[in-house]
Amino acid sequence: MSEVILTLKREIDIKLEADVITPDSFADKNAEEIGSLPIWQGPKTYPLSDFFEVKGNGGSSAAETLIRIKGDVMRVKRIGEGMSAGKIEIEGSAGMHVGSGMKGGEILVSGDADSWAGMEMLGGLLHIKGNAGDHVGCAYRGKWHGMKGGRIVIEGSARHQLGGGMDGGEILVEGNVEGFCGIRQNGGVIVVKGRALRGVGAEMAAGTIVIGGLIERFTPGFEYTGMVDGLTQGGVELTGEFKKFTGDYAISKRAKGVLYAAADANPEL
Amino acid sequence: MAGTIAIKNGYVFDPLNEIKGERMDVFVRDGKVVKELSAAELINAKVIDASGMTVMPGGVDSHSHVAGAKVNAGRSMRPEDHYKATLQKTSLTHSGSGYTVPSVYKQGYDYAAMGYTTVFEAAVPPIEARHTHEEMRATPLLDMGGYMVLGNNFFLMRYIRDGDIEKAAAYVAWMMKTHKTYGIKCVNPAGVENWGWGKNVSSLDEANIHFEITPREVIKGLTEINERLGMPMPVHLHANNLGHPGCYAVTKDSLKIPDGVKTRQNMDVEWAETKMDPSRDRSVYLTHLMFNSFAGTTWADCESGVKDIANYINNKDHVVIDSGCTPFGEATVMTGDGPAIHDLYTLTGNKWSNTDVEMECGSGVIPFTYLKSNPVHSLQWAMGLECLLLINDPWKTIMTTDSPNGGPFTKYPEVMTWLMSEAFRKQTFSECHKWANDRSALGGVNRELSLYDLAILTRANPAKTIGMAHRKGSLGVGADGDVTVYNINPQQLDPNNYESLIRTFRKAEYTVKGGEIVAVKGEIVSVPEKRTYYSEVHVEDEREKEMLADVKEWFRYYTMGFANYPTPEKYLENPTPIKVNAER
Repeated sequence: MSEVILTLKREIDIKLEADVITPDSFADKNAEEIGSLPIWQGPKTYPLSDFFEVKGNGGSSAAETLIRIKGDVMRVKRIGEGMSAGKIEIEGSAGMHVGSGMKGGEILVSGDADSWAGMEMLGGLLHIKGNAGDHVGCAYRGKWHGMKGGRIVIEGSARHQLGGGMDGGEILVEGNVEGFCGIRQNGGVIVVKGRALRGVGAEMAAGTIVIGGLIERFTPGFEYTGMVDGLTQGGVELTGEFKKFTGDYAISKRAKGVLYAAADANPEL
Repeated sequence: MAGTIAIKNGYVFDPLNEIKGERMDVFVRDGKVVKELSAAELINAKVIDASGMTVMPGGVDSHSHVAGAKVNAGRSMRPEDHYKATLQKTSLTHSGSGYTVPSVYKQGYDYAAMGYTTVFEAAVPPIEARHTHEEMRATPLLDMGGYMVLGNNFFLMRYIRDGDIEKAAAYVAWMMKTHKTYGIKCVNPAGVENWGWGKNVSSLDEANIHFEITPREVIKGLTEINERLGMPMPVHLHANNLGHPGCYAVTKDSLKIPDGVKTRQNMDVEWAETKMDPSRDRSVYLTHLMFNSFAGTTWADCESGVKDIANYINNKDHVVIDSGCTPFGEATVMTGDGPAIHDLYTLTGNKWSNTDVEMECGSGVIPFTYLKSNPVHSLQWAMGLECLLLINDPWKTIMTTDSPNGGPFTKYPEVMTWLMSEAFRKQTFSECHKWANDRSALGGVNRELSLYDLAILTRANPAKTIGMAHRKGSLGVGADGDVTVYNINPQQLDPNNYESLIRTFRKAEYTVKGGEIVAVKGEIVSVPEKRTYYSEVHVEDEREKEMLADVKEWFRYYTMGFANYPTPEKYLENPTPIKVNAER
């Protein structure tokens, strides 16, 4: 695998639209060609080399290309957008829309990820070692269909609307989430090991949500169906007792969503 | 010289002049078609070599939704319609975005890229006329105008109920002038008013609440007023009960109402030279026939009722229709028929909006996706094409998608190709649900439209129908120098090679507007000024005074003051009034 190292040269003021930073567009290009790829900043485009020092050449294909990004790229958006193969390793934190619409390959973010990580993702692995912002694996604003495939792993916590409109794939959160996790979910699996705020699974039509901690203000359109001892969801094995619910029946009576809440953390449900 | 051009050696299709693919030259001087250019003029003129290509008048869309409050509601409630369809600005053109409901700039460029030069907005609520004109003014390249929604107007319903046709006509005349609109639109007559009370009307003889007027009376009243005033176009009718299984019966009965109303188009304009009589001879223009043609009783047993209506139209001469084709894919349904939008919401569960437009009408918007896997959507695709293929006389039909209701206007190339290629229809039958074939007559149709027919459906007939044939829809001397050159050699036309046809229709080789080349192979190369047309309808001062006394009295029910109601001319780019009813 060929390695391309991008090192941020200076602090970024207006955020960059860096959807060209993918193994697909770096493949078959040398360092100079990669440096001349255009990046939008506000109303203008600049060559990538204005912002990053480029070392190394792309591989013969996307699958043969590894991109290592050094420096804090919290103000660089859309890294890995739509990538189909290969790998991106971000040594710091990533800006908004990291891995949005990605189809395959792998992105590793060592720090945090800003909002919209893995938006409308189709395949591949997005692994965030720190925390994530709002709208992880979500649908674009106004749209009702989000992530369709692939896997997102967040070792820290995420904020609001995780997995909104999710159609398929898996999201695993080691920490907590805030409001409306799995809102309008149509499929796929969300596993949150920590606690969740209100609106979990609101308007969900299908798919599965597991919450390992306390759910504050439980969504009213769910019905209790029974207790389950131990679960395996999204490739994760969970021990202990879970209360199983189905819904959300608030709007559609035909909803097929499944929600598990850890029994000991939710004695009032 | 700007606006002067010679388009040489093309195969010309100009139905209003009965020119069927003859190889000839087209000359335009100062924006108007002329017989020839002098040697001196030719030296300075631009020349297009159209050898081996098809030349037609510029495209005319007589029914699209491109400006105004509901169109903008569609834009603002659908950010997801915009983020993947973006247009970068150039030194000449503005940026833009949007797929089913593009921003105004993108609309203008996208239409011009396909060879269209004239587009009419088919539903202007009077109180929203200012907004509509602001958007039309900002839409580049296209000559435009708008139809005023009048089928549920308080003043008109009252006058018509009381049998006061004189005052009703005076009101319509005053409203056209006041809001700079072009013709009469009638949406779900008497029904939208009931929707304000959570109800609708289900038959032509059901009187609505408070006004106690029936759809039949509204249609009869408006079609009579239309001819009394000598309007350029027939009443643009969106019949009752739209989109319900079995609605074809109401549609057919509605068409019978204006049968026998004598047409009288009374415009004081200079007419371009045409071989055919370009004046209007229809008393009703039924819109989006497809949506009004469902037979059956439920969505489980519904089928196409187009054949039955087509038979009626084939035997009558007072009806012209536009199709409202559904070419599959994303759409945004927007209509003055508020209850129809609510029905679609209960069917789909999609996000939706609905508005009551004070004393005038209503409106609603809902996103919609037509799927090949869905039985009803597949049937609708077949019905839309039946509308244009089962009615024999092309001069009774106009091709539309009711953009963006059936699909965006950028899908016209697919619709044109389905009409021209049985092979393409067969291909689509094989991809979509079997209801398309089982429940319509389309599978048995082997008619393939010629380029000449297509020029009727997309140029000559929309222009003739709406009374714009005095300057649009033909290449006769005196017509506007609006020309489309398609890279199609009619001698080598192969309808079986449908993919190449679609590509060719998507990007006209040249689009010429007023003698200036505005687009080459889909790229915008110049942005000349555009015009907005409206009907300046004369009515006797005395009549107007009497009518205005009533209007002023009732105006206290509006949220707006009477003095702020009119739309001033400054809201229009190059306002071009058409004097109507001036000759007595």
